[in-house]
Amino acid sequence: MTLSLVGLSHHVAPVELRERVTLGLDEAALLARSLGDAVCLSTCNRTELYLDGIDDMQALAALESLAGEPLDDVVYRLHEDEAALHLFRVAAGLDSLVPGEGEILGQVRVAYEAVEPGPLLDRVFRQALSVGKRVRTETAIGESPASVSSAAAALAAQVFGDLDGRRVLLVGAGRIGELAAGNLASRGAAIAFVANRTAETARELAHRFGGSPLALDEIASKLGEVDVVVSSTSAPEPVLRVEDVPAKRRTPLFFIDIAVPRDIDAGIAALDGCFLYDIDDLEAVVAETLAGRRAEAERGEQLVADEAERFRSWRASLDVVPAIASLRARAEEIRSAELAKVNGRVSDDERRTLESVTAQILNKLLHLPTVRMKEAAVSADGAAYADAVRHLFGLEDDTR
Amino acid sequence: MVEALFWPALLGYGEAALAYSTVRTSRAATWGVRLGWLAQTALLAAQAARADGFPWSSWAGSLNLFVWLVVGAYLIWGCRPRYRLLGLGVMPLAVVLFAVARIGGGTRAAVHSDDGNLFLVLHVGFVLAAFAGFTLAAALAGLYLWEERRLKRRAADILRLRLPPLATLERLTVRTITVSLPLLTLGLAAGIVRQRERGGAVDALEVLTVLTWLVYGGFLAARVSGRRAAYLAVCGFALVIVARLALAGSHFA
Repeated sequence: MTLSLVGLSHHVAPVELRERVTLGLDEAALLARSLGDAVCLSTCNRTELYLDGIDDMQALAALESLAGEPLDDVVYRLHEDEAALHLFRVAAGLDSLVPGEGEILGQVRVAYEAVEPGPLLDRVFRQALSVGKRVRTETAIGESPASVSSAAAALAAQVFGDLDGRRVLLVGAGRIGELAAGNLASRGAAIAFVANRTAETARELAHRFGGSPLALDEIASKLGEVDVVVSSTSAPEPVLRVEDVPAKRRTPLFFIDIAVPRDIDAGIAALDGCFLYDIDDLEAVVAETLAGRRAEAERGEQLVADEAERFRSWRASLDVVPAIASLRARAEEIRSAELAKVNGRVSDDERRTLESVTAQILNKLLHLPTVRMKEAAVSADGAAYADAVRHLFGLEDDTR
Repeated sequence: MVEALFWPALLGYGEAALAYSTVRTSRAATWGVRLGWLAQTALLAAQAARADGFPWSSWAGSLNLFVWLVVGAYLIWGCRPRYRLLGLGVMPLAVVLFAVARIGGGTRAAVHSDDGNLFLVLHVGFVLAAFAGFTLAAALAGLYLWEERRLKRRAADILRLRLPPLATLERLTVRTITVSLPLLTLGLAAGIVRQRERGGAVDALEVLTVLTWLVYGGFLAARVSGRRAAYLAVCGFALVIVARLALAGSHFA
């Protein structure tokens, strides 16, 4: 069993190249099966082939045929512990464009489940999924938003808690505003109204989000009916002023102004129960949370390193397992042969006692050598110990 | 021997008060709260078993019981990671008050009490439970005011140092006061019955407690919300502090 990895990712390959080797789930599984015992992880940021006992040049050739060009300069080829460590980092989101993004863990799971890997790949992928989950649960790496639009939704949740049933007014059809509205909707908020200078665009967006279209001059009249306002027009003057905000409100009103120049009068921030974040505020929040992610990533790296060490120990122990198994089999063979010699000369009770006593002697005798061999395996002396045991006990003929 | 239970309880609360200061140690802090509270529960149980009357009718004894109620109320839902900063507010207060209770002799094993009257037990129990609830409500309101200020000022670390949402803090404050006010009402009623039995004049603490009742009653009746509600909860707690620490001596005497 030999673990190896051939792949390319956003670190080394430009998007024009990555998009040529990106595969759908079925295509990726098909490629993996065509190579043998392999798993193909293919996302928009990476395509990687994890192999057991397959020549990595074969995998490289497969990737090159997808890319239509030689990939020597951009692929990475890793083996054994390094390949495992890489997979653990990928599953934990530590190798991602945004450290700690959670989607990759699901993609690793899907890639693994799409094929039926052998014992080595099965083990390394199960361990990767486990460490990926640990990093997400034992660190705060995935808790903070990594974009302006998701930060806007997270801030709204910081005011209202559960966004279920909260009503949103989307003003303008700017890309980030639309993304922010999408993020709010994904947290349970309802996009109640969409206002835009162009009626057709307002209708189209409102239809997509399940809200009602509005003209820009109607938005002030709807402020009493919503909890969150997301604004991203290209208007040169503010579209919402202090006097537009209803004086008496029992619930807070949260304004997200993503436009430049700003759409919402800054004086609104001073009103009781009103909260206003503009694009600079949101970017400052994202920068701060990314710094937090990086700090958490360091903790994640430690967890991954621990897991990689466990994998290395497990791999090393595999070197001595056959020798241990042979030794125990040989000992058991001798014990059975000697017991057979007294058959018929002892009573059933005596035979049972003899079986029990000899089994205990055997176990106690072999316990320490077994432990020592496993320890030696971890410290890289495993092969020497295994050879010595085979030689001392005459196990050379046994299967290695 | 029984009095020695004070120390593990204080140690647990003290550890929690310190460990809540960082996210990494907040889990250890939660265990400190739990173990400390168990130790204090054992202390109270031992006091109850050995006393020849109601063991917490003294000022210091009632403070001991008060700390137990505050930490117990905090344990119900406050031990979640997001309420770490609430623990940072509640636990140091618990440590100080618990130490004061000890200095005042409220944690002794064989507490002598001349009075095991049912109405005294109900009075002290209900009033202290209500005060414990108001303490928590004030801590929640304090967190609300801080979080609201950070949101207003658009603090860049608002999502990094994350508190419970404003709506949650407000809801929990109202809920805690809604539970605590009826307890205070029952405690006051029991106190009035007991005073009629024993006679005696109305003292300053009783007047202040009624005033506290009016503040919290007004809080619920007026259905205030947002920053005003938080300020009102904190004001009510200021009266509780005065009642517990400044005026209690004459009342218990």
